[in-house]
Amino acid sequence: MDDLIADFLTETGEGLAGLDSALLRLERHPEDSRTIGEIFRLIHTIKGTCGFLGLSRLERVAHAGENVLGRYRDGSLPVTSGGVSLILRVVDRVREIMAGLEATGSEPAGDDSAVIRELDAVFAGDGVVAGEAPEAEVAAEAPARARPRRRKAAAAVAVPEPVVAAEAVAPMEAVASPAAVSAPDAVTEAAPVAAKRAPGRRAPARAAAVRAEVRAEVRADGAVTEAPAPVAAAGSLEPVAAPAGEAVAVAQTLRVNVDVLESLMTLVSELVLTRNQLLQLARAREDSALNGPLQRLSQITSELQEGVMKTRMQPIGHAWKGLPRLVRDLSHELGKRIELVMRGAETELDRQVLEMIRDPLTHMVRNSGDHGLEGPAARREAGKPEMGRITLDAYHEGGHIIIEVGDDGRGLAVERIRAKALSQGLATEAELAGMGERDIQRFIFRAGFSTAAAVTSVSGRGVGMDVVKTNVERIGGTIDLRSAEGRGTTFLIKIPLTLAIVAALIVEAGGERFAIPQIGVVELVRAGDGVMHIKDAPVLRLRDRLLPLVSLSRILRLEDRPDAEGGGFVVVTQVGPNLFGIIVDRVFDTEEIVVKPVAPILRHVTMFSGNTILGDGSVIMILDPNGIARATGVGAEHAQADGRAAAVSGAAATEKMSLLLFRAGAGAPRAVPLGLVARLEDLPAERIEISHGQPVVQYRGALMPLVPIGEGWMPPGAGGRQAVLVFNDGGRALGLAVEEILDVVEEGLRIESGQERPGYLGTAVIAGRATEVIDCAWWLRQAGEDWFGAGRPADARRPRLLVVEDSAFFRNMLVPALGAAGFEVVAVASGAQALRLREAGEVFDAIVSDIEMPDLDGLGLARAARDGGAWQGTPLLALTSHADAAAVRRSHEAGFDRHVAKFDRDALLEALRGCLAPGIAQSGTAE
Amino acid sequence: MDATLAIDPAAGRRTAAPAARESAILTLTVAGQLCGVPVTGVRDILGAQAITPIPLAPPEVAGGLNLRGRIVTAVDLRRRLGLPPRDPGAPPAMSVVVEGGGELYALLADSVGDVLALPEAGLAPNPPTLDPLWREVCAGVHQNLLGGERAERLLIMLDVERVLDIG
Repeated sequence: MDDLIADFLTETGEGLAGLDSALLRLERHPEDSRTIGEIFRLIHTIKGTCGFLGLSRLERVAHAGENVLGRYRDGSLPVTSGGVSLILRVVDRVREIMAGLEATGSEPAGDDSAVIRELDAVFAGDGVVAGEAPEAEVAAEAPARARPRRRKAAAAVAVPEPVVAAEAVAPMEAVASPAAVSAPDAVTEAAPVAAKRAPGRRAPARAAAVRAEVRAEVRADGAVTEAPAPVAAAGSLEPVAAPAGEAVAVAQTLRVNVDVLESLMTLVSELVLTRNQLLQLARAREDSALNGPLQRLSQITSELQEGVMKTRMQPIGHAWKGLPRLVRDLSHELGKRIELVMRGAETELDRQVLEMIRDPLTHMVRNSGDHGLEGPAARREAGKPEMGRITLDAYHEGGHIIIEVGDDGRGLAVERIRAKALSQGLATEAELAGMGERDIQRFIFRAGFSTAAAVTSVSGRGVGMDVVKTNVERIGGTIDLRSAEGRGTTFLIKIPLTLAIVAALIVEAGGERFAIPQIGVVELVRAGDGVMHIKDAPVLRLRDRLLPLVSLSRILRLEDRPDAEGGGFVVVTQVGPNLFGIIVDRVFDTEEIVVKPVAPILRHVTMFSGNTILGDGSVIMILDPNGIARATGVGAEHAQADGRAAAVSGAAATEKMSLLLFRAGAGAPRAVPLGLVARLEDLPAERIEISHGQPVVQYRGALMPLVPIGEGWMPPGAGGRQAVLVFNDGGRALGLAVEEILDVVEEGLRIESGQERPGYLGTAVIAGRATEVIDCAWWLRQAGEDWFGAGRPADARRPRLLVVEDSAFFRNMLVPALGAAGFEVVAVASGAQALRLREAGEVFDAIVSDIEMPDLDGLGLARAARDGGAWQGTPLLALTSHADAAAVRRSHEAGFDRHVAKFDRDALLEALRGCLAPGIAQSGTAE
Repeated sequence: MDATLAIDPAAGRRTAAPAARESAILTLTVAGQLCGVPVTGVRDILGAQAITPIPLAPPEVAGGLNLRGRIVTAVDLRRRLGLPPRDPGAPPAMSVVVEGGGELYALLADSVGDVLALPEAGLAPNPPTLDPLWREVCAGVHQNLLGGERAERLLIMLDVERVLDIG
């Protein structure tokens, strides 16, 4: 029997153990949708797994059962006692088949057509289950049911009784003897242990108990030959022995029962707690005689803890072992060609976490194959290679492990999800309208949500991502996705490396103490004068960044100390790409804490990831930064995208530029890049006229519309004056009416928080103040739709431009400006993304690229473009703020045709015209 | 009763439930109301404890306490039964530690009394006029309390599982 089937039997056995009581509960409370869901999912999982393992008999029974349960779940069929009996028979049948499978390694022969027929009849809707007959049958089957259940109980014993252990070890000896020929060392090690542990009664080995206990592993020359020890009935020993004739390598491993490791872990956890308690006592007593030994004890405890943790670490590849087979079968079943790429299989994590992530991963890979990837025909049509690809990636990131499950398939159909969310009543039209694309995609994590049009036998009944999400969150992880229609979907799972012991910062808020896991804590700042308010939202200026703040006592609805905000501390915390500050009243020490899960009745409080006991014996709640971020909206879509953009532009040194500061309306000052402003005017009130309800001025022989910025603008009274920022385009001009022009400053511009507020790009720290940066393009459009459009020949083909620029701000400035000048503009954020467009066969008339960018910078992009391929002859323009001679030379050498100072729009347009005009040499320079 | 008093359920059964048709019941008082829980489900009885409040938890949850290295969630029976809170000057609550769904919970009562052996037959169903909140958590009423001053009083049997079904 192979590994997969053994795993399947163990897992399904565990699931089935609770199923009887769940079904009986359902019979008592037929309306209990949670129980229905639970039963449905289990049967669904059995069915799904069977399909891959080729267990057709089991699959058919489970499928028929699932059909009926599916109707119970969606409420189209009432749960009846007869129905429950029928499902119970399905469960019995599954057990029976599994028992046979366990004994012989293959499905026992048998006829299930009667049960299936009845199930189908119920499914079809007549709902009549013969009252007497099935009952009788259940009774008749009872003995058969009782037997396997007892066996399950034996397998499920968490702490093996000595007798079980003895049984478990017995076959180990048997296994050892044939192996002894080739692996003498390993065997002599193992055999005495076995003998010692099995002194008393030696019961005949029971397969179930054995399988749960022992697996033999023999290392030979670094290669691991691993096989479940006696998998079937005792006596089938063939897979265990090391390859005959090969010398056994020195590296020895000893399989240790997981329970031993678990109890070691518990003991170490308790030891850590006691050590902490001792340290705390010693600190209070200042007894120097104690300090030395205590230090030593502390040291040893830490090392012991580390050692025990290490024994629990396993490469994530263990959880992936079954996937290649699964993908292979999936590809046969679905008629798709699928390639599975696994990277980072050696990444280690705690085995407990590993176990809990195994099922969700399997499910996601299955989903990717079934829903994510298109059929071969559709792929050909879309111009993709026929072979679909599923990618698994694992890597460490700051105390967490990130697992990415991606495919290059069709991506999520946002429109379909939107429609489905609407039809299922998950959101209203208005809510949907206000949602970002990713927010809509995230609906697939909602319970019962499935977009698979057809109910396939693989998946697509709405048991899906919600279960995955629940499982991931249960271990303190998070799940997110990114998807582009037509290009694929990638799920990102972030989970902690271990659940057991973490370092935590102890803080106080509202008179209560809390622990914040140190993993997420970036730094600790005294909240002083740096805390400012934008409306009611507190923010902190931290090294020229604006940090959103949340008050711990406020979100936990604790008594707010009025003086705390000024005198407290800010715990700067990172959740995913987002940085935010948690305001606390006091900060104590850091302590190693043993994370204990909270009681089930508290699970809905998402602010806490667990609780623990401190050195002084008191109970303390552990805060979950993820939960806090979610509850306060820090992780909301736009903030996230922006945070990422900010992080990226943070990598490239902030480029300085001239900014014009002005006041308009209430609140923070506003800013606009000076380069965009043609002139500043201070006009007397008499010159402002009203034409068609719009204020205008006669300006240099033409009529210039005035657009007031800020609310409630009134023309200045007689004798007053109006400050105006004049913008020019060709022969036309537009004035923005502002209250007061404040200053021109030279500063790096980093936009921190992008509000969804039309006319503003976001907030930045300028001249030490939170300042709103206006979106010129938006304001100019207020002057009338045709502002930029006039004068352009309508039938001319618009030259196509690629803008490569990592700063979202500059992209936002450039794209409308170039678009207004008559170009069709495609903008990307890095050289690498640009090259992807080249691979996709995109052609441009010219490329405008920034020089400094992460990933692949402008010079690299130019070299790659000149190296060959479709863009070899495309004019390349460099945009940079470093206009010294050496930089210009470097960009020429890399392959740029021209070199334009950033933010000189006229020079850029001039250079573009030069590039695109036919017959002009491409080597000219424009500065 | 300051010290921890561990109850051996087996011993309790032997002394207090000699006949098959009697059950051993631990009595406790909540705002003057005599209540009972089956002794077999009781794991510990604790005196005054430091209880850490848990923000955002249901109001019935008084907080978490440390029972020899295990964290036990405390449920205030007064709040669970919709009774007024304890007077600030009153002696601190006692904790009756019970098991529910594999977890330990502490039921906070004003005082804990004796273990009684009561005939199962004496358990009357809840009167239909009982407060719905109480009807939900009460498993019945014992009226024939033998001996002493309790003779005149009614004992409400608490269904521990339901008491812990919060939210």
